[in-house]
Amino acid sequence: MENSIEHLRNIARSIRIWVIKSLAEAGSGHLGGSLGLADVFTMLYFNVLKHDSQNPAWPGRDRFILSIGHVAPVFYSTLAHAGYFPLEELLTLRKLGSRLQGHPGKEHGLPGIELSAGSLGQGLSVSVGLSLGFRLDGLDNKVYCLLGDGELQEGSVWEAAMAAGHYHLNHLIAIVDRNGLQIDGSTEKVMRLEPLRQKWEAFGWEVTECDGNNMEELSFIFGKLAQGSSKPQVVIAKTVMGKGVSTIEGDYRWHGKAPTRAEAERFIEEILNI
Amino acid sequence: MNHFQLKGLKATRTGFGEGVLEGGRKNNNVVVIGADITASVGLDGFAKAFPERFFSMGIAEQNAMGVAAGFALEGKIPVFATYAVFSALRAADQLRISVCYNNLHVVIGGAHAGISVGPDGATHQALEDLAYVRALPNITVFSPCDATQACKATLSALFEIKGPVYIRFGREAVPDFTPSTLEFIPGKTQVFNEGTDLSIIATGHLVWPAIEASKILSSQGISARVINLHTIKPIDEETIIRAAKETGCILTAEEHQLHGGMGSAVAEVVVKNYPVPMEMIGIDDSFGESGQPDELMKKFGLTAENIALNAAHLLKRKNN
Repeated sequence: MENSIEHLRNIARSIRIWVIKSLAEAGSGHLGGSLGLADVFTMLYFNVLKHDSQNPAWPGRDRFILSIGHVAPVFYSTLAHAGYFPLEELLTLRKLGSRLQGHPGKEHGLPGIELSAGSLGQGLSVSVGLSLGFRLDGLDNKVYCLLGDGELQEGSVWEAAMAAGHYHLNHLIAIVDRNGLQIDGSTEKVMRLEPLRQKWEAFGWEVTECDGNNMEELSFIFGKLAQGSSKPQVVIAKTVMGKGVSTIEGDYRWHGKAPTRAEAERFIEEILNI
Repeated sequence: MNHFQLKGLKATRTGFGEGVLEGGRKNNNVVVIGADITASVGLDGFAKAFPERFFSMGIAEQNAMGVAAGFALEGKIPVFATYAVFSALRAADQLRISVCYNNLHVVIGGAHAGISVGPDGATHQALEDLAYVRALPNITVFSPCDATQACKATLSALFEIKGPVYIRFGREAVPDFTPSTLEFIPGKTQVFNEGTDLSIIATGHLVWPAIEASKILSSQGISARVINLHTIKPIDEETIIRAAKETGCILTAEEHQLHGGMGSAVAEVVVKNYPVPMEMIGIDDSFGESGQPDELMKKFGLTAENIALNAAHLLKRKNN
């Protein structure tokens, strides 16, 4: 599944465009975080994860657990680009009867979803259970769990982090979307998270920090992670909320907002011209 | 009338532990997640027999519930048990989303349910768990009446039910009376005493006092039907409607808040299908307190004598 950096960048660009299209069509949803994470999602689904869109239940696949269900638009856009379902279905996002629920809901039948989630602070615990299950069966499937930085204010995340450290779950990889913003503003103002690296280290994790919008860096980091560790690993991926659309980059007000149709056209235009 | 042989006193949590141990022997996929009070909830037997399948998560119930969901995703049959105040209530959101919304086969034990927890007092006496768990989609809710039935209900939860299961059990040693030959069918109540004047529907620890109450009533010339509602969800509408039609009034008895508990669940069936006078015995909108279990059961009216008293009162309402 080796893809050139240039090719990955093109995929990320298209993923972003479809995020904007689907949100404009839905009229509500989370644009900022979804755009910020497009590069991480591209890296995971087109260069890192072992998976098969034509056989989503393939037992040998790595597991991707999305703890922050609110970035469903970028998750869905990525799954569609990876061939799990047609791109056009992205335009049903958040609509009655759609398989694309506001937060991922497995019971609606969209292929590629491992866990229905969206209530913050739960995905890492499920990932710990999955990793322990694989270990019990003597399997080396990897479990990737994507968390938000604001989510780390939930105490249950640290219960899970403690358990992963205790059991040395070295096939568990957490990714923290460190965009520094949450609904009320800066994470450090709402409830301080720093020193974040030291917190994870103290819980028994190996910590890597990187630029989550730099495809080359992401490629290098995930390549290094694949070499393994004796500990669970966490990547603190520094991303920019709204990445790709200069007028909204870093603006926390775009955490939970969808673009109007006119805005969507402008945003897409800008992404196409990068 | 069924004449039950009292086999002795045994806690339902012990029956649960025996069921989990037997389940562990039968199937290698059974795993247990502990939250520090392993022996107290009857899981020490499993932990000793299968240490490689026992996972301690410490005093962190929210995480433990999610971990159980993760195991279930991987095809394991996870059991997570702790006191009901923690499993059903502290980890309520994890139970709702990670377990029930995902419809995962996780067996959740709610130990130390009810006022009979005793001296530990209100903080540890779960009186609201049923109201919450029975409102969750996809879940099955068991409330067995004695240790023998708790064991059977546990095995049923492990191997017969597909989605999430909550099993409620208590701390105290209580009468163990159901014969080992008595089949446990999920969702199918057991009529322990046929009667015609009124029906007493009881669950958990209150089933034995209900049987005792029927004897008191019998001596007064009142014929009471006793129904063991061991499955709170899905509820056995058929038997409840039949009781309403054939006996004309229903008394419920449970070790739980009246708000939202088993009695409420029965009332939901009765008012929709065949309204008859009802009375409910349970905890009436208060917290519990410290005391010996028998003292507390008496104080809160959870005795055979009080059930008989309420039955006589209900019968007057029915006949007026």
